[in-house]
Amino acid sequence: MIKDFCLPDLGEGLTESELVSWRVAVGETVALNQVIAEVETAKAVVELPSPFAGTVTRLYEQPGATVPVGAPIVSFEVPDDAAAAGAAGAAAPAGAAAGAVPAARQAVLVGYGPAAETGQRPQRRARVLPGAAPVPAATPASPSPAAPLPAPAAVSPGIPAPLPAQAETRERPLAAPPVRKLARDLGVDLASVRGTGEYGLITREDVRAAAGPSQEKASQAKAPQEEAPPSAVPRETRLPIKGVRKHTAAAMVASAFTAPHATEFLTVDVTATMELLERLRASRAFAGLKLTPLTIAAKALCLAVRRNPSVNSRWDEQAQEIVQFGYVNLGIAAATPRGLTVPNIKDADRMSLADLAAALGSLAETARAGRTAPADLAGGTISITNIGVFGIDAGTPILNPAEAAILATGAVRRQPWEHEGGIALRQVMTLSLSFDHRLVDGEQGSRFLADIGTILSDPAMVLTMV
Amino acid sequence: MTAPGEKAHPEEAKLLQLLDADGRRVPDPELERWVEDVSTDQLGALYEDMAIARRIDVEATALQRQGELGLWPPLLGQEASQIGSARALREDDFVFSSYRENGVAYCRGVGFEDILRVWRGNSGSGWDPYSINMATPQIIIGAQTLHATGYALGCQQDGVDSAAIAYFGDGATSEGDVNEAMVFAASFQAPVIFFCQNNQWAISEPVGLQARRPIAGRAPGFGIPSLRVDGNDVLAVLAATRIALDRARSGGGPTFIEAVTYRVGPHTTSDDPTRYEDSNQREDWVRRDPLARVEAHLAAAGFFSDGFRDGVKAKADDAAARLRAGCHSLKDPEPMTVFEHVYSSPHPALERQRARYTQYLATIEGGNR
Repeated sequence: MIKDFCLPDLGEGLTESELVSWRVAVGETVALNQVIAEVETAKAVVELPSPFAGTVTRLYEQPGATVPVGAPIVSFEVPDDAAAAGAAGAAAPAGAAAGAVPAARQAVLVGYGPAAETGQRPQRRARVLPGAAPVPAATPASPSPAAPLPAPAAVSPGIPAPLPAQAETRERPLAAPPVRKLARDLGVDLASVRGTGEYGLITREDVRAAAGPSQEKASQAKAPQEEAPPSAVPRETRLPIKGVRKHTAAAMVASAFTAPHATEFLTVDVTATMELLERLRASRAFAGLKLTPLTIAAKALCLAVRRNPSVNSRWDEQAQEIVQFGYVNLGIAAATPRGLTVPNIKDADRMSLADLAAALGSLAETARAGRTAPADLAGGTISITNIGVFGIDAGTPILNPAEAAILATGAVRRQPWEHEGGIALRQVMTLSLSFDHRLVDGEQGSRFLADIGTILSDPAMVLTMV
Repeated sequence: MTAPGEKAHPEEAKLLQLLDADGRRVPDPELERWVEDVSTDQLGALYEDMAIARRIDVEATALQRQGELGLWPPLLGQEASQIGSARALREDDFVFSSYRENGVAYCRGVGFEDILRVWRGNSGSGWDPYSINMATPQIIIGAQTLHATGYALGCQQDGVDSAAIAYFGDGATSEGDVNEAMVFAASFQAPVIFFCQNNQWAISEPVGLQARRPIAGRAPGFGIPSLRVDGNDVLAVLAATRIALDRARSGGGPTFIEAVTYRVGPHTTSDDPTRYEDSNQREDWVRRDPLARVEAHLAAAGFFSDGFRDGVKAKADDAAARLRAGCHSLKDPEPMTVFEHVYSSPHPALERQRARYTQYLATIEGGNR
């Protein structure tokens, strides 16, 4: 009999561990409690003892793999009598035991819930109704469709074993417990209902609609399935969370949950700035330089920082000190092939407009080529994210960790705008400023944003500010 | 033997020892008269207890790694402290332990699956304390010293000669509870033993951080006589505990015992001691292994035959197999049972929660049970 050993939660509430090494090979006979693998959790490196005496038939993961708790890592051929006394955490592979409990129900141990599936809701009881084929009618929004397909789960070379049944297991339809009860009461199979809520969540209305006024549930229930495009594109794709994505996520979560964010918006007529840019482009001093509204916004930010220094500071929790920067290392959020990075321009406040334009140009180019040096990523004091390049007007940017403010510059649009007592088509831009409310009060944040707005709407006003 | 980092001090209590690390008897006329009756056979039985306690501990650690237990606090290295003290007790003495005294629990006769029940999350407590006169393990550090002192005051009031023993670690001595318990025990001359297993670590903090001088030196300040004993010497621990019990039974009041030992394993299965432990220190203590010295002593006496060794191994393996089987035999508790042992009599707030939880379960598929 084949028995799988699933990765246990080795340390009170862990969701994943890294497989460091295998101490056994396929075909090897192991004794009960013989060490079979070394695993590193967030808390410790531990040795895994075998829960069975038997022969290793398959190693599901390669060393170095990050394995979610509850995923099978190794399977054994064990004598049937021994398997009967097998571990609860070591479930038979799905499908191996016909008529078994619907999907793998996991024993829940003290202090923490069932193993979280990667990025999904924790499992409750009765994952799939018996007899109900899991249909991916209501799947969560899938990641970028341009993303490459992941390689199948790593299998040791030389083992042409098919992927286990688990690999085919799809998510159960998303629906709140009361909606599930409603569906059960009305005899509606949730798997055949297309959810209209957020992320495909099935609502009460969806269930009622599926139940219909007549009893033609079956035909109705099938309809959404037939609408599904018969395409070769998978309905959902799973990618490992790693690299820049993982670090970005960690940084964003850390920032969002340590710094209390406040965001303010200001929409300004930047026609004067656009005209200024035209004149600069024609001037010899700026020949060959890329001049955009971002160039002027960056300069305006540096000038406004001088008048409102608190936006250019850092909260040092450990030292219980506020670090006030006397310089501006201006971070610019850049979309790179590897993901979001925020390289910064050192001492941007001391640069001339031409130098700043040059620095912005080379920074973006270097980042897009993925050649940004680590030093350029460290030491930023305040940031700009230029969402205007995507045609977006405004948003609530999340602070680059340890910085006090971030400015989002929106798209410049021709819009009807009040101008000299009448309505004219003007070039208008929205500025969004998020700041760390621990460091920056509403007054300082507002003054800072207003200063930038003033410069962009009337660059000559700089004369009154410096 | 001086623990690394400790400096001998003129006022330091003498470390009591009857078997050194190599298994040689250390002469101590005052101490050895308390274990005169311990024959080679009986020393062999103590060895067997320690071997079984170690085997249970290793098996439970494996069960945790296999996902069968949520957590396990290993006792590796502390077998002599636990077996030596537990085997000194009478059935009518009452044990108040922390979570690591699974060797003591074994000696008191706790069922194998009952040892694991709480660590598997099946139950709030593992056994009926009054069936074996051992309270269920206290997780709150040091709180059991108050319970033990209270129980001992009861023994005093009842006029019986039973005693209470509280097991706790070196870290617990910094807790208010332990100090309060010692004040009360001394004030009322309660028949209680404060049995401190100084395993050198309060999780990751070395004992020297909170005790600049040996812990045993604290008790006299409370008016409680103390003994500092080699916690890896099962005979010396047995003798020291007998001295303390004799004092308690004869109206002499409390005693504090510091059993100087070492936690060879991690604090719990969630801990990684390599992050803070000096491997040299660990090696030094492994050389003072509590089982190895008894084995050496018994071998020198011609008692440690292959037959004896195999017999002990068979018993230990059997205990491990029964522990594993007992673990697998534990049924998952029904959801509503969580409300059953909170209050002994009806409680309106709890009834409300019970009703709401019943309603909630009814909204979940398969929840109507």
